[in-house]
Amino acid sequence: MLEITCPWCGKRAQTEFSYEGDATVSRPDTCDEKAFFDYVYLRDNPRGWHDELWQHTAGCRRFVKVRRHVTTHEIAATAKPGDALPALEETER
Amino acid sequence: MSAQPFRNGAGGAVDRTKPLRFRFDGREYIGYEGDTLASALLANGVRLLGRSFKYHRPRGLFGAGFEDPNALVQLRSGNRTEPNIQASRVELYDGLVAESQNRWPSLDFDLGALTGVFSRLFPAGFYYKTFMWPASLWMTYEHVIRNIAGMGKSPVEPDPDRYAHRYQHCDVLVAGGGPAGIMAACAAAESGARVVLIEDAPRLGGALLSSQQRIDRMAGADWAARQETALRGMANVRVLTRTQAAGYYDHNTMIANERVADHLAEPAPYQPRQRIWHFRAREIVLAAGAMERPLVFAGNDLPNVMLVSAARTLAVRHGVRAGNRAVVFTNNASAYPAAAEMAAAGIRIAAIVDARAHIPDDERAIADKANIDVLPGHVVVAAEGGKHGVSRCVIARTPDSPATESVTGTRVIACDLLAVSGGWTPSVHLFSQSRGKLKFDAEKSCFVPNTGFQRERSAGACKGDFTLSACLEGGAGAGLDACKAAGLTPATMPVPACDPEPDVYPLALWALPWPDGNHDKRFVDLQNDVTAEDVALAHREGFRSVEHLKRYTTLGMGTDQGRTSNVNGLALMAGHRGEDIPAVGTTTFRQPFSPITMGAVAGDAIDEQMSPLRRTAMHDWHEKAGAPFVPAGAWLRAQAYPGPGESLRDAYLREAAHVRRHVGIVDVSTLGKIDVQGRDAAEFLNRLYINGFTKLDVGKCRYGVMLRDDGIAYDDGTVTRIADNRYLVTTTTVHAGPVLNYMERHAQIVWPELDVKLTSVTEDWAAIAIAGPHSRDVLARVIDGIELSNDACPFMAYREGTLGGVPVRLFRISFSGELAYEINVPADYGLAAWEALLDAGKDLHISPYGTEAMGILRIEKGHVVGSEINGRATADDLGFGRMLSAKKRYIGDVLKDRPALTEPGRKQLVGIRPVDGRSRIPRAAQIVRDPDAARPVIMEGEVTSVCESPNVGMPIGLALVKDGRARIGEKLIAASPVMATNVAVEICDPVFIDPAGERLHG
Repeated sequence: MLEITCPWCGKRAQTEFSYEGDATVSRPDTCDEKAFFDYVYLRDNPRGWHDELWQHTAGCRRFVKVRRHVTTHEIAATAKPGDALPALEETER
Repeated sequence: MSAQPFRNGAGGAVDRTKPLRFRFDGREYIGYEGDTLASALLANGVRLLGRSFKYHRPRGLFGAGFEDPNALVQLRSGNRTEPNIQASRVELYDGLVAESQNRWPSLDFDLGALTGVFSRLFPAGFYYKTFMWPASLWMTYEHVIRNIAGMGKSPVEPDPDRYAHRYQHCDVLVAGGGPAGIMAACAAAESGARVVLIEDAPRLGGALLSSQQRIDRMAGADWAARQETALRGMANVRVLTRTQAAGYYDHNTMIANERVADHLAEPAPYQPRQRIWHFRAREIVLAAGAMERPLVFAGNDLPNVMLVSAARTLAVRHGVRAGNRAVVFTNNASAYPAAAEMAAAGIRIAAIVDARAHIPDDERAIADKANIDVLPGHVVVAAEGGKHGVSRCVIARTPDSPATESVTGTRVIACDLLAVSGGWTPSVHLFSQSRGKLKFDAEKSCFVPNTGFQRERSAGACKGDFTLSACLEGGAGAGLDACKAAGLTPATMPVPACDPEPDVYPLALWALPWPDGNHDKRFVDLQNDVTAEDVALAHREGFRSVEHLKRYTTLGMGTDQGRTSNVNGLALMAGHRGEDIPAVGTTTFRQPFSPITMGAVAGDAIDEQMSPLRRTAMHDWHEKAGAPFVPAGAWLRAQAYPGPGESLRDAYLREAAHVRRHVGIVDVSTLGKIDVQGRDAAEFLNRLYINGFTKLDVGKCRYGVMLRDDGIAYDDGTVTRIADNRYLVTTTTVHAGPVLNYMERHAQIVWPELDVKLTSVTEDWAAIAIAGPHSRDVLARVIDGIELSNDACPFMAYREGTLGGVPVRLFRISFSGELAYEINVPADYGLAAWEALLDAGKDLHISPYGTEAMGILRIEKGHVVGSEINGRATADDLGFGRMLSAKKRYIGDVLKDRPALTEPGRKQLVGIRPVDGRSRIPRAAQIVRDPDAARPVIMEGEVTSVCESPNVGMPIGLALVKDGRARIGEKLIAASPVMATNVAVEICDPVFIDPAGERLHG
């Protein structure tokens, strides 16, 4: 079971969280149909590190950015939604 | 009392003053406290313990612990019966009942053994090769095969026992309580770490319990007991015995299964039978030990052919002689001290047959001291005997080449026990589960941990350190290392002295040739009846990868997952491929290490504990009134209130009619309620809903519809402006959670610049809808502080007042289409408010109504619910087109205009009624022109909701029909192939009652 560090609550078990998808997409500010189509339907499926959103559902209900390795489940960093995760090169090093 | 002919008068850790009665296959025996079921049976001379899986060959005990593939029994009876239990791990208790498995009609005379006679018909992969045609008969074949092949039987009655789960954090977790694990735990405990030590056996010691080796000038078992007492006395240590470290998972989580009461006839009151532990450890020490490996030769599966370690355990730990005259067959040093200890326990060792040509002096000295003959450079090529055990073995000179197919110049040694040792296989299962990578140690001929992945280190035999001194030293080192890694200061840990023993460097010897005149099977995997020939066949047929080999031959499957067979199987495959063993690799080790009963996995999450059940504040009242309940999300809702002798259907038809004529109340507490506050609450709601909310005044409600970003309708509800920066949003019952989550996502991720706070208040308020022409009159009698006249409190008004002194929120909204209100009171006062309304409306014939009547009323009014907001319909499809604001941005505004969502032919919401005015419309029917048309029949739409309508006077329904709004008056067929019913229906407006809305505005 993963251990996720909630920036507000500290280390918590995975069972307190729910997975909320890709953190690298952001909702377009435009009325462009293509941009919205990409936002709604298109996701990268990288092998390796992935920045994703989790919600501390059974805790503070805040959304948390999590950098997780999708094949090993390592978690390199977590951050508040408004804060940036470390540069990917830093994690890979 | 039976004699226990193979029990010694003294020796071992059994208590001869505490005899225990038990039954095996209906016969009664006596064992002692401290016995396992297996040791007690062997003490009684019972050697035939089961039949093999495929060929039904007679089998006896092979290993003395986890590794035993053979002696699986059906343990206990009735609702506590459990199949496939290893007799070697069952602690004996008084009254124990066990049955052998996989035999019919009896273990002694098993008809299934005929499959052995016809074994040529059952080659490797026979499941895939046979019974392939005709496919229609597969069901018959499968039935027959399963009957022959079955292992034990599952219980059919409910499990009477309880199971529990516990969660625990620790600094250092030690998996395995042998010498290495004990030292690791002591070292970590001395360093002040919070330590958990897990051991499968009832007490600590591991291999020390099965040997006479001395530590610190005392017997190893006594040393282990002393350390156990010391560890249990420390506040920072938890010692869990009878606990299997079952699985190593991500982020240093380990699952362990504690058999709390399995050693008792039944658990004490309130005692769980088993408990699953979930550990999160900073650092883990793996000290899982090693398992001895068999050797592959003809007839190596006969009863009383067993691992040397099994015979040694029986002798040393249980005072049981597995036989009276033994041959010990080995390719390594570990058999020598074992043979000496077996001899000391009264077993005559006819010879140690050692495949190695040169025996080191220290090993030779052990044999000499015990007066045991050694035959160096010799091997056993066949075991012979019958179903009650081996009676002789055939030996020959060690072949020069592994490819040698047969040998001559053999001779025979009589024996009733053949103990074999093919070297040792470290238990790398947990390490491998942790994603650690293995390497092959050619000198010790076994896989050992190489590069780790998680925060762990291995110590002792599971790392390939087989001698006791290496285990003690390695264990202490690992414990200190773990403390250091956990950020603690390691203490100093003296390592006690122990008796020396020779290290294990086995001679590679993967399958032995046949002697003349004996072509019996040479088993690699005893549990699955896989032979050396099967491995060769798989190779010939192209199944060369180990994963293919496993699936094709079933090598390494079953309850033991190839504990004793893996390495031999891999080595044989490597030989056929002409490659090294590391090139062949291993199959994946998966959790759990050993089977765990489903009851333990479920824990206490059963029955009502499986998921939380939510009851409204008025639940008990509904129950007393005799209402049946229906689940809605996690809630229970009253369906209707049948009177004495009244059917459910009659009740809800009466209720639905009653509301429109008089007045009724319904418990709507389950609707989701979200409190929205903040400076930007209005703007936030404005962006969520398709219709405008910035101009909603305080004291007003508005109906709202939300889309998803893909342009499809998501949920509907009312939004009420309670104060300047405070709104109350209602959602459908089932969507309460998802809608909150959806709003939170947008507040936190999409528009973090908006000042908005969201709180679920669903359970804080009890909610009652009161509907019908007399609803205002009833309310006026109980509500204080609110002027209820139509002018003062018009449709869609929100007011606050009191009810019997309790604060009440009043919303003039209507789901039924009648003059109606919804009131919210603090949940604790829900029942009081409910009863107050019923009391006040008695003379106006007030009546409670349930979800069925509520459903009828809303269908009559054409209101949509989840059946219509089905994840495919757009706002326009559902008739909300006019609500779509053109003046603002909102979720879904862009993609709702995609061509596929706007072009003609969309399914639109309509009403339907039977053309004959009385036929009931089948639920979930398809709308078609002609159900008998050529297939595929063109679908015109689908029925989403149906009911019998007492107020319209006929069955009615709602449907989504292609271009439906333009087809009012058209006659189509509601066809239900499932119900075998076709009903002619007429498309009509979805609002059946009061289309002008006069009632609700009245």
